[in-house]
Amino acid sequence: MSSEPPVSLPVTEPVVEIEKLASVFPTAGGEYVVHQDLDLRIEAGEMVSIVGGSGSGKTVLLRQILGLEQPHAGRVTVLGRPAARLSDAGAASRVGMLFQHGALFSAFSVLDNIAFPLRELKTLPDALVRDVALLKLQMVGLDLVHADKMPSDLSGGMIKRVALARALVMDPPLLMLDEPTAGLDPVSADGFCDLLRSLHQELDLTVVMVTHDLDTLFELSTRVAVLAEKRVIVSGPPLEVMDFPHPFVRDFFLGPRGQRARVLLQEPPQAV
Amino acid sequence: MQLESEDSRQDPAPRIQQESAASAAVAASARLQGEWTAARLAEPRAWAAIQRALKSLTGGATASVHWDLREVQRLDHTGAQLLWNSWGRQWPAQLELLPAQRAMLERVARYAAPAPVPARWSGIRLYLGLGEFVLRVISHLHDGLLLLGQLVIDALQLLRHPSRGPWRDFSGHLYQIGATALPITALVGFLIGVVLAYLMSQQLKLFGADLYIVNILGISLIRELGPVLAAILIAGRSGSTITAQIGVMRVTEEINAMRVMGIAQGFRLVLPRVMALALAMPLLSVWTILAALAGGMLASDLVLDVPPSFFVLTLPDAVKVSNLTLAVAKSAVFGVLIALIGCHYGLRIKPNTESLGQGTTASVVTSITVVILVDALFAVVFKDVGI
Repeated sequence: MSSEPPVSLPVTEPVVEIEKLASVFPTAGGEYVVHQDLDLRIEAGEMVSIVGGSGSGKTVLLRQILGLEQPHAGRVTVLGRPAARLSDAGAASRVGMLFQHGALFSAFSVLDNIAFPLRELKTLPDALVRDVALLKLQMVGLDLVHADKMPSDLSGGMIKRVALARALVMDPPLLMLDEPTAGLDPVSADGFCDLLRSLHQELDLTVVMVTHDLDTLFELSTRVAVLAEKRVIVSGPPLEVMDFPHPFVRDFFLGPRGQRARVLLQEPPQAV
Repeated sequence: MQLESEDSRQDPAPRIQQESAASAAVAASARLQGEWTAARLAEPRAWAAIQRALKSLTGGATASVHWDLREVQRLDHTGAQLLWNSWGRQWPAQLELLPAQRAMLERVARYAAPAPVPARWSGIRLYLGLGEFVLRVISHLHDGLLLLGQLVIDALQLLRHPSRGPWRDFSGHLYQIGATALPITALVGFLIGVVLAYLMSQQLKLFGADLYIVNILGISLIRELGPVLAAILIAGRSGSTITAQIGVMRVTEEINAMRVMGIAQGFRLVLPRVMALALAMPLLSVWTILAALAGGMLASDLVLDVPPSFFVLTLPDAVKVSNLTLAVAKSAVFGVLIALIGCHYGLRIKPNTESLGQGTTASVVTSITVVILVDALFAVVFKDVGI
């Protein structure tokens, strides 16, 4: 008889594993090495921020995890399979990506955008697909009245939310974010951070993001990985990483903006 | 109940183990297994089986079913929504499930959306659609008129200060629109000349009027076919390019960037294109005519034994020079129209991919139609010239 507990998935396996990664781009005057011997391991349930200066290859790394770009050498494994095979059929059920500018299909309405991955399965009936898409629309905090709008009629914050709903429509375990709060006003950015945190908890997501925004970084990430000198120089909880002795880390976190964010982080708003 | 092996439990295909009620007092039971996720459910075999099972469980007399979700390996929102819908959007009386599954189903229940209201057909809708169409036509005419007026103002300004003209753009467009179109217009013209000469020669042989091939080819190619053929090719080739270029500039806000720098879009975008086409179109049209005549000469020589030397010598007598003047003038007008229509549709493009595609298509279709309409107009107005 069925008395034993339900089968649980193996939890020890990392969601993303990058080993000895090298990325080289040909330039006019020879080769430009972006990554060399880069190692990174992301466990299930983490919310990892990748930070680094301009040109340090954050976005390249994100694209390599997504399988949009092939590394020059090394191995990128996502959910137990090579990243290059990630974009095979059914990718939407394994990984969701929120592009910096949303990348909504401009010819589709909001609802059709969200429903697109489900509809492409060709089997599920329209009524069910519609119900699921409307469910996701509401889960990202949007009202039903927006369902029939076109992407060109949406504000920046709404575009991000719709794109997030589309990324999550098949409940992938891994969510990738490229500058999730860039271009949003402070109120929308705070709202979007709250949404991401609550979805992370509710849906057991593993989140990997690239961000420049220190507020977003401190508010969301459980771990920060710093890209410099062509590799990950340090990775750990935000407060630990801030104290790492390296010029980039000092400039990035301990500049005037970093100081402000740190003060806010350490001293929660007090009632006067 | 037979004992299941560990293997069958690991099977990710979603499925329902059913047991029918032993008596009226005991409820039927449904044990759900496998991965109830969108990707698994969408496999056609699994989906058909699940559909059948859900129908038999929820339809008919078996209203009270004991649902057991505890053996489900994974449940996502699609699976949860499917169950919720098949339960008639309410909690079943007997349900056993894990806390995470309950949370997911509660989310589905909280956000359950009302069914869509299908749009109803009615006469008033049709009437409103007609009104929208009329307004759209009026707005096209209005914008077109503004564009034309602006072009005239810009052209006058250019005449007053020729040194400030957008000459670099002009020469770039002239090369793109004119020089790069030489091979394709020559090829099409040549083939049309050959085909026309062959067809005509069959008829002329019947009457023994072989030598009139020069007159027929000369008039038809120089006066009508050459200019129209070139204009249609350029409308398809350069009209679409102009619309797409200006449309993308609108989508990426480049036009707004120009405007805030105080650079007039009419003077910098529309005027050089119109000028380039107004100059390139007559030249291309003469080029096409020459290629078509060459094709016609070749075919006449082969089929009718009319030698090229005879063809060249009789052509000036058969076709008056005014025909060529008319052709060149007509072509300049075609060029201006193609450029204006391309710019007009480009400037109306909205920032989405669909609008870009529609605008480009509309631009090409409109400019070809307008070219043929204007050509007919020319034929009527100048019916006494050159024939």
